[in-house]
Amino acid sequence: MNAWIYIAIFIFLSLFFPALLAVAGWFLGPRRPNPIKEDTYECGLETVGETWVQFKIQYYLFALVFLVFDVELVFLYPWAVAYHKLPLYAVGEGVLFIALLAAALIYAWRKGALEWS
Amino acid sequence: MGILSQPVGAIAAWLQALLEGWGLAPGLTKVILYLIGAGLVATLVQVWVIFLIWFERKIIGRFQDRLGPNRVGPYGLLQPFADLIKIITKEVIIPAKADKPVYLLGPIVMDAGVLAIWAVIPLMPMVGMDTNIAALYTIAVGAFATLGILMSGWASNNKFALVSAIRTVAQMVAYEVPTVLALLVPVLLAGTMSLQGIVKAQHVWFVIFAPLAFLIYFIASVAEVGRTPFDLLEAESEIVAGFHIEYSGMVFAIFYVADFLHAFTIGALAAVLFLGGWRGPGVEAFPLLGIVYLWIKAFAVYFLVVWARGSLPRVRIDQMMNFSWKFLTPLALILLVVAAVLDHFVIGLGVWGRALSHLAANAVVAWLVLQYLEHYDRARARQRPMVAQPGQYPEARPPAPVETSPETAS
Repeated sequence: MNAWIYIAIFIFLSLFFPALLAVAGWFLGPRRPNPIKEDTYECGLETVGETWVQFKIQYYLFALVFLVFDVELVFLYPWAVAYHKLPLYAVGEGVLFIALLAAALIYAWRKGALEWS
Repeated sequence: MGILSQPVGAIAAWLQALLEGWGLAPGLTKVILYLIGAGLVATLVQVWVIFLIWFERKIIGRFQDRLGPNRVGPYGLLQPFADLIKIITKEVIIPAKADKPVYLLGPIVMDAGVLAIWAVIPLMPMVGMDTNIAALYTIAVGAFATLGILMSGWASNNKFALVSAIRTVAQMVAYEVPTVLALLVPVLLAGTMSLQGIVKAQHVWFVIFAPLAFLIYFIASVAEVGRTPFDLLEAESEIVAGFHIEYSGMVFAIFYVADFLHAFTIGALAAVLFLGGWRGPGVEAFPLLGIVYLWIKAFAVYFLVVWARGSLPRVRIDQMMNFSWKFLTPLALILLVVAAVLDHFVIGLGVWGRALSHLAANAVVAWLVLQYLEHYDRARARQRPMVAQPGQYPEARPPAPVETSPETAS
């Protein structure tokens, strides 16, 4: 419990330091805005069309594969922590779980979810 | 307890007695002590970045056959301070089309995510908060750096910045999996997720137990930081500067601080997980030495990161994705299975017996992987020969006829 108070304080401080720097920069620097300065910088050309558009679908597929993996990997952590107390049978179960993960990876691979084109 | 054997404990006890002497409640005293401790660590780390910037510029200069900064102060040591003073007095430009609050929060979140990792890093014996899920915490909080990049890239309302932000997320998503898998190996060997516990379990450094897992962890962390060769997110030649294209002044500098600190932080994490953390000769007697050892080890890994930056070209995005999903992830899965099955049978062999059998298993896996890669390479070369086939390219023009004099022609 005490450790979490420390971590909460630390996270607060780590938000505070960069915020302090940003505020210092805000007050120490000049502020002379004009429309040209505030324009979007895209190599000097005027920007064309909306920026916030729909994106390539491939990113979404990768995100889905990642989600499956990350959620399942978290389940492996308790197993790894308790590893030294486990009988061989439980170790085998963990290996089976990893094999299922590998099967999911091979499935995604075969289905072409990991191709970039 | 003496000040030398228990430096932090002794000072903390003295401060606590002092504060309670002023009539403060014990709970409040504890919070104040934590605030001082956290403030010290965070400040130390944040100020250390100034030196890292000098170091990296100097080393990259040497790699590129230049001198690096050498004008301001001895060996250019004051150069980062000069840069800091310059950049803090520059204007902070906020583009008119930007999403203002998110735009300003982006760099702050990025820096905070990196800095917060230091809450759990064990600096020396008995120092550094010892939670039982510290290993998972580093990953969870480390992902906030990526969130910061996504926020700033999105909020800039700039196409280059958006491309960079999306690339960053794809890269983080791809390399998070091998990182988490490689991190499982030391957790499994130590039987705990507390970083202090992992350091204590390393009578023999885990890099000897699992050199391949260390390599995977290192590569994947470099990719998560977005350093060369994985710096697709700021590829100057394609997307100008990526997510920080619209930033200026101090908010821009925060990105740099976060970037350098992140590179050093993965060095510290790799040192804690695989290189024995604060372990070293004489640490039991003088715990303060622990922080020196940790710093040296973290610095060695950081130097490797800079070295990679100085010598490797940038990879393409499909190569980057393939390398993670089709090579690092399967390899990490195999390593995890090998470590889990092997450790169950060699646990009775004593520390060195265990370490050497793990090392041997790693060598076998590495050899098999190299064999497979060579086989794959040959198969691909057969499919698509590197030598041009007749008719593959349009015929080159025949060389112009050489003028010959009648004497030599005959």
